[in-house]
Amino acid sequence: MAAEATIPLSSRKAKLQMRDVSFAFERDGKSIPVLDKISLDIGDGEFVCVVGPSGCGKSTLLNVMAGFLSPTTGMVAINGETVRRPDPRRIMVFQDHGVFPWLTVEGNIEFGISGLSTAERKERVAHYVQMVRLQGFEHTYPPDLSGGMKQRLQVARALAMNPDVLYLDEPFGALDAITRVMMRSELLRIWQAERRTIIFVTHDVDEAVQLADRIVVLSSRPARIQDVHSVDIPHPRNISSSGYLQHRDDLLQKIGLAYSA
Amino acid sequence: MPVRFLKRLGQFRPVIFIATLIALWQVVIRQVPGQLLPGPLQVLRGMRDLLQHGLILKYIVASLFRVTWGFLLALITAVPLGLTVGWYRRGEMALNPLVQLLRPISPLAWIPIAILWFGVGDLSAIFLIFVGCFFPLLLTAMSAVHNIPAVYVNVGRNFGLPPAAFVLRVLYPAVAPRLILASRITLGLAWLVVVAAEMIAVNSGLGFLIIDARNAGNRYDLVVAGMIIIGIIGLLLDQAMRALERVKSFRWGYSEE
Ligand SMILES: Nc1ncnc2c1ncn2[C@@H]1O[C@H](COP(=O)(O)OP(=O)(O)OP(=O)(O)O)[C@@H](O)[C@H]1O
Ligand SMILES: [Mg+2]
Repeated sequence: MAAEATIPLSSRKAKLQMRDVSFAFERDGKSIPVLDKISLDIGDGEFVCVVGPSGCGKSTLLNVMAGFLSPTTGMVAINGETVRRPDPRRIMVFQDHGVFPWLTVEGNIEFGISGLSTAERKERVAHYVQMVRLQGFEHTYPPDLSGGMKQRLQVARALAMNPDVLYLDEPFGALDAITRVMMRSELLRIWQAERRTIIFVTHDVDEAVQLADRIVVLSSRPARIQDVHSVDIPHPRNISSSGYLQHRDDLLQKIGLAYSA
Repeated sequence: MPVRFLKRLGQFRPVIFIATLIALWQVVIRQVPGQLLPGPLQVLRGMRDLLQHGLILKYIVASLFRVTWGFLLALITAVPLGLTVGWYRRGEMALNPLVQLLRPISPLAWIPIAILWFGVGDLSAIFLIFVGCFFPLLLTAMSAVHNIPAVYVNVGRNFGLPPAAFVLRVLYPAVAPRLILASRITLGLAWLVVVAAEMIAVNSGLGFLIIDARNAGNRYDLVVAGMIIIGIIGLLLDQAMRALERVKSFRWGYSEE
């Protein structure tokens, strides 16, 4: 694992490329610019965090990457292929309301894998139910789950698809501190074991420094890339080490700049 | 135990209330001269007459038959059409003026046309119920599609569902609670329409029973008995539809608002 993490990023194959991506919402005949010429390469198997002030366009950025929104100008490509629509190989965990309230926990996790044999499906459901610690709730409907449980369910449903890219939009925002820590280490474990490419939006600086290979700092709307910060500490990261604290301070300073810009 | 006794009593509150009303009815009938209404005993006797004739069952079945067909035909045409048109907003813009024009026309206004097209009989009544149910269901289906949260649609797209599966596994369950609610209200409407339709457009059914009892000998005891039966069946229909709203996979649509 450690060897893997020390491979320089530049030598990794680019998984996702964004070139001069701009995006604007049209509302009441007016155009609201949200993304401003974003160019970014993300390596295969890289863990990238996106931070930025609220309302700057983080969710929009993920939606454009994942093909839910088409960029107004510029292009997004994955494996060299232009992204035109969402794809089951790349799964998004939405910021909220992402689980289907008409399906049970089990039904939600199974949603995307109905093509598998029953035995295989049951096995995967059991595996991911355990991973996100929802044992005993398999037959519960989402209205009877807490916000954090729903969010874990969404993560389980995404992972059950075995996606090669995972987009996570503030997935742990609604969790209590303890569950959040557990979910982070779980996500790291999965990432290290299976080397998925993960793009993770968060507003939590500590979360970003603990998880990411690189942290993309966005400016306020319309979002531009203010800075890209590499965190070269191997996992597991000791959050009281001086290296860690240094990164954290650097990042906070950059974000401070971003927020004032 | 007086407390327990009172609690018991509480359970029977509706029964006691109705019994009081019936007693009051009897008293008023006795006091007021002239024919205001037949008394409860007369009505009860009327009901017994109806049951003995066996005609009443035939009429109930006839009315339910018409409501079922009219309602189901409206359901299987209006819902897919409404969902499709609502999904493609241009379609809605094209269809909306026509719908808005036809919707405020009472289904009863269609009676002459129903008779012109289908003659006096079952088909006419079914057509009238169909017309009465079609527009409310169409409008509900259209607005239900608009109100699907974008995130459900996005999740469906993300998981790569082919169109048919998307409709079946995302679109339909997302609109189901609203459609069930609308169906319950619309079925109630259908039950109102069938009685009116049967007074004119057909020679059987509960509506016909009422108008016939009056026309053929001023049997107001039968009129009131028929009204009570109509009320009870309407209530049962409503209860049956309400049971659907409690199904677990639909319940989310009602609890959150
Ligand atoms: N459907 C829409 N139509 C018009 N404007 C929108 C739409 N969705 C978002 N916006 C605007 O785009 C901007 C960026 O929104 P976005 O949801 O991407 O922000 P965010 O960075 O994810 O915010 P948060 O941290 O609060 O989740 C906001 O100013 C928002 O008002
Ligand atoms: Mg957001």
